[in-house]
Amino acid sequence: MDLKEWFANRKKKPPVEEVKLPLATDEYCALWKQCFQCRELLYTSVLIQNQHVCPKCQYHFRIGAWERIQQLADTGTFKEFDAGLVSSDPLNFQDTDTYVNRQKEASRKSGLKEAVITGECEIEGERSCVGAMDFGHFGGSMGSVVGEKIVRLTEFALEHRLPLILVSSSGGARMQEGIFSLMQLAKTSSALKDLSDAGLMYISILSEPTYGGVTASFAMLGDIIIAEPGARIGFAGRRVIEQTIRQKLPADFQTAEYLLKHGQVDMVVARTDLKMKLAYLIKFHAGPGVADLNSEAPTNPVGERESDRKPVTR
Amino acid sequence: MTDKKPVPLEFEQPLQMLAQQIEALENQLQDQPELADDIDRLQEQYEKLRRSLYSNLDPRDHLQIARHPQRPYSRDYFERWDENWVELHGDRKGMDDPAMVTGLVDLGPYRVVVVGTQKGRSLRDKQQCNFGMPQPEGYRKALRLFKHAEKFGLPIITIIDTPGAYPGMAAEEHNQAEAIAVNLFELAGLKVPVVAIVTGEGGSGGALAVGVANKVLMLEHSVYSVISPEGCASILWRANDKVAEACRAMKMTAKEIKELGVIDEVIPEPLGGAHHDYDVSAANTKKAIIKQLDNLTKMSGADVRADIQKKFRQIGAFVED
Ligand SMILES: [Zn+2]
Repeated sequence: MDLKEWFANRKKKPPVEEVKLPLATDEYCALWKQCFQCRELLYTSVLIQNQHVCPKCQYHFRIGAWERIQQLADTGTFKEFDAGLVSSDPLNFQDTDTYVNRQKEASRKSGLKEAVITGECEIEGERSCVGAMDFGHFGGSMGSVVGEKIVRLTEFALEHRLPLILVSSSGGARMQEGIFSLMQLAKTSSALKDLSDAGLMYISILSEPTYGGVTASFAMLGDIIIAEPGARIGFAGRRVIEQTIRQKLPADFQTAEYLLKHGQVDMVVARTDLKMKLAYLIKFHAGPGVADLNSEAPTNPVGERESDRKPVTR
Repeated sequence: MTDKKPVPLEFEQPLQMLAQQIEALENQLQDQPELADDIDRLQEQYEKLRRSLYSNLDPRDHLQIARHPQRPYSRDYFERWDENWVELHGDRKGMDDPAMVTGLVDLGPYRVVVVGTQKGRSLRDKQQCNFGMPQPEGYRKALRLFKHAEKFGLPIITIIDTPGAYPGMAAEEHNQAEAIAVNLFELAGLKVPVVAIVTGEGGSGGALAVGVANKVLMLEHSVYSVISPEGCASILWRANDKVAEACRAMKMTAKEIKELGVIDEVIPEPLGGAHHDYDVSAANTKKAIIKQLDNLTKMSGADVRADIQKKFRQIGAFVED
């Protein structure tokens, strides 16, 4: 099936099946939820069905890593990797409380062991490696475990020649692991260098919010970078910048749309269209698009004659 | 700077008071020769205090030495390593960031490309250099020189002394995060050896952007951290007076980071800090670099790349159920 045909078929299909949630947290038990932006009272099940996007004003609610994976992966195809990795508190860190206690508290709130979930799945039938960060766990911060899980996922993608998709949502590096957290920036970027040199595809999706050490490493290294509407994305936080330059920043500063205007992301895609867009991009870049650039053979797409080629449009 | 007297830091006050006493006595020596014995005794005390003071430093004290306004900066090292060093300018895309100094240095046995962050000395200088905080253009200038080094097979030496990347409006609009990320990405793929030295403050991603190296060295009193201790104190303690606690908790001194296995070597400084003797500091660092390059230059390009990737691949602390 060629890309255009696939796309035409796909469009006929009914919208996404109803999502079953793994966790019955208070948030989902509540029957109603008010939109933060337009103040509309929304029936929770309707909101869930619309992938946590307000049907009235398109406000994108923050979602967790598992919900993200359910939205992107074909039903029943996700296999989690490295679920048992936990931090070993290398600095024996303590501020007003110990790091160990803070981790327990974070897990109690989020139901997760760490701030990223990684694994493989199919996206519209395309086998892919996916990692999704969860801001609800320790502010989505990156310490040793987040770095290690992302690197292992990247290595798996390299070994099996699969596309890599990372959905970021993070306040940055995790202070409680000090220099180890900082070094995860180098560790993840270094692994992505290998992936890139092997000609493999990495799509970075930036969701509300993505900052600091995560933006300054893997989040900004995608071959294609997609941001979610309204997501705030940057290196330094707004308050720090305002204190430094002693002036007010524009209201839309560091939003996905502002970044698009400043050439930092390829596109802003609504969550309800994200899976389709991803599948399209993966299929577009899949397989031997053109012949080996080092060979003498003509650079036609393999298995297609020039006359059969249809322009791929969207 | 060696012609100027080192300005004492807060924790050096007792030492400073003793020195003033000695000076006062010395002024009276002509009239009262019997003071000579007292002076000798005080001198002895001074030396003893000096040694014990600098061998029992708190992490906060190291931070103060690392940030000493007379601390030698990148240019001070480059011109002492090679008095004929050649500075190269610009990112070729519209800017030459003075907070990032780049050039060519002949170290004797090796010709190298140097890249270093630069804090300013005079107020005007400081403002131009944004107090050592590079703009995205500074990181892109560094990247240009990394590529230059690789093209001509020259090793790269970087000097790190920065509070971090500049947090400004234009810096964000010009994609500070991407500029740093791309440097991490590209440094990991180079086929020429890189040696990085933290000479003062190694502040966060803005420091690491020129710090992904085969060998990472730190000066004795330098510090390296994921966030400034002030930032850490204000976020985790919600108190600006907890900086000393944050310094201790983050384990940011050269000695501690070496013990954690994240860096390769601690380079000793002149007693009291590098600002007491620029020439000795430059000689110490040069010797350490040459020693590292003696080994690194024996590796093939592919091995250099594999070495740097393996080095960072291993860093992390976790347990697996
Ligand atoms: Zn709404």
